[in-house]
Amino acid sequence: MSHDPGFAHESHGHPLFPRLGDLAHARSGDKGNRANIGVVAYDEACYTWLRQHLTEHVVADYFRPLGIGAVQRYELPNILAFNFVIEDALGGGASRSLRLDSQGKALGVALLELRVPGRDAPRGTS
Amino acid sequence: MPRQPLRIGNGAGFWGDNLDAPYLLTRDGRLDVLTLEYLAELTLAILSHLRSKNPQAGYVGDFPDLLQRLAPHLAQNERVQIVTNGGGLNPSACARACGAILAGSHLGDLPLGVVTGDDVLGRLSEWSEAGVNLSHMDTGEPIAPVMERLVCANVYLGARPITDALLQGSRIVVTGRVADASLTLGPACAAFGWAWDDWPRLAGASAAGHIIECGAQATGGLWHRWDDVPDLAGIGYPIAEVHEDGSAVITKVEGSGGLVSRGTVAEQIVYEIDDPSRYRTPDVDVDFTTLKLYESGPNQVKVSGTTGRPPSDTLKLAAVYRDGWTASGLLAVVGRGAEAKAHASGWILLERLRRAGCQFADSLVECLGAGCVVPGVLRSPGPAFEIVLRVTVRDPNRAAVERFCREFAPLVTSGPSGIAGYATGRPSPRPAFGYWPALVPRALVDSRVEVRTAGEWARSALS
Repeated sequence: MSHDPGFAHESHGHPLFPRLGDLAHARSGDKGNRANIGVVAYDEACYTWLRQHLTEHVVADYFRPLGIGAVQRYELPNILAFNFVIEDALGGGASRSLRLDSQGKALGVALLELRVPGRDAPRGTS
Repeated sequence: MPRQPLRIGNGAGFWGDNLDAPYLLTRDGRLDVLTLEYLAELTLAILSHLRSKNPQAGYVGDFPDLLQRLAPHLAQNERVQIVTNGGGLNPSACARACGAILAGSHLGDLPLGVVTGDDVLGRLSEWSEAGVNLSHMDTGEPIAPVMERLVCANVYLGARPITDALLQGSRIVVTGRVADASLTLGPACAAFGWAWDDWPRLAGASAAGHIIECGAQATGGLWHRWDDVPDLAGIGYPIAEVHEDGSAVITKVEGSGGLVSRGTVAEQIVYEIDDPSRYRTPDVDVDFTTLKLYESGPNQVKVSGTTGRPPSDTLKLAAVYRDGWTASGLLAVVGRGAEAKAHASGWILLERLRRAGCQFADSLVECLGAGCVVPGVLRSPGPAFEIVLRVTVRDPNRAAVERFCREFAPLVTSGPSGIAGYATGRPSPRPAFGYWPALVPRALVDSRVEVRTAGEWARSALS
């Protein structure tokens, strides 16, 4: 029985939208006060769908409560991956941040709980 | 006839990584080269704190300890080379400690190379006066306000001095700050004799180095389907078989735990990078958007087709400055209303300190278990019956931070009901650091290579 977490943002909890974790896997880390989240799609269909729907805007909106700056998305179609670079994501960076997760290690797992706004998502092959 | 691939295993992804991994990798991995990557962004600041108490400290002590264990293997296996950045802020002292251990294990003739030149702390004011721009590379702020508080300033060196040290006969190369990928590229260039403008080959080996630099993250660590990874307890650390054409096969010790797949390797390629078409190292700008991944066998992923371009004429400088003191304490808060009680307890603790005259430059109350790890983004539905309360402060005044550390215990008797866990001890103040990245002209930086026998390094300790 899977347990569905709740969200601070109602809009991201829409049950008709697919959970990112059903279409892709991810890991995250830090560089100074920037975090990056690498998102790897399960297959071509997932990659193509996410390329349209997992936009910089959607990711920025999801992490807005963290007080983040700009989000930039890079595409790696050769390995079905995206790299999201998030400015000011770590409350001052690994050295100055007082947060437990000062290095942004949990951001990737958090992003997988995003319900990506969009219809007709493919079924992931996880 | 094509040269055999070079088997490079990385046995450490940071200082504090598993102590047995590099030993097992060397014993069972049929390695040509063992690399050990110990230096995260802030590790040198911690080493500078240790060196301030002891001028002979400032390197990663795990490395000489490891050599003690590996000595019998190094004596038997004439081939394996070791390349590590464990020299930290004091590569020569590290070499002396290693030399003494090797000499004591009848390996006094073993050549050990030391790479220096990354430590530029002593040159910054001269550079600054000469008009070199040392502004923060992300924010553009000038360095002057933190200049007096700098504890270390190191330039990321590249693969060339490592290659030089190996070509001069070193079995072991100890460096300070070098780019992580250069630990792999250096031995590959020494083995294959690649030209320093052979961008596709330099890029290919650098990509392999990037994939293995964080140790077990390439072999099933952090994998989302962790419950499908065989024997995570016995996870094997990564090996890159670098080929003469610059391609590489990522694998691990046969029979070890973990998983090497397209997925685990792809995820590691996008780990802690910015623009994937321009992953910058001192040696080459690597383009990860051109490479191909192919599962060539069980736990074997071939990485080919990586392209690269010439690097910029600047090198990255990573400086760290003192930024006061910090401390952090934890208590468990249980029962109905645990989250409200935890929040209140954090507030009460800080309010008591305020009434005692202690205000802090920065403070944070976190309720772990109630959505505070990724605050405001991810939380479980419904009330938690257990919360870990974490309170953290930072301030220039050490005495105030010390007083903060004493304020946790009284909460157990004078706070809300259901507070547990004080037996884990009082927190203690730690130095807080700020990170200062900048770009400096390559021409200003000189790397140096010094190769001596282990016995000579050991004797230099006496002078």
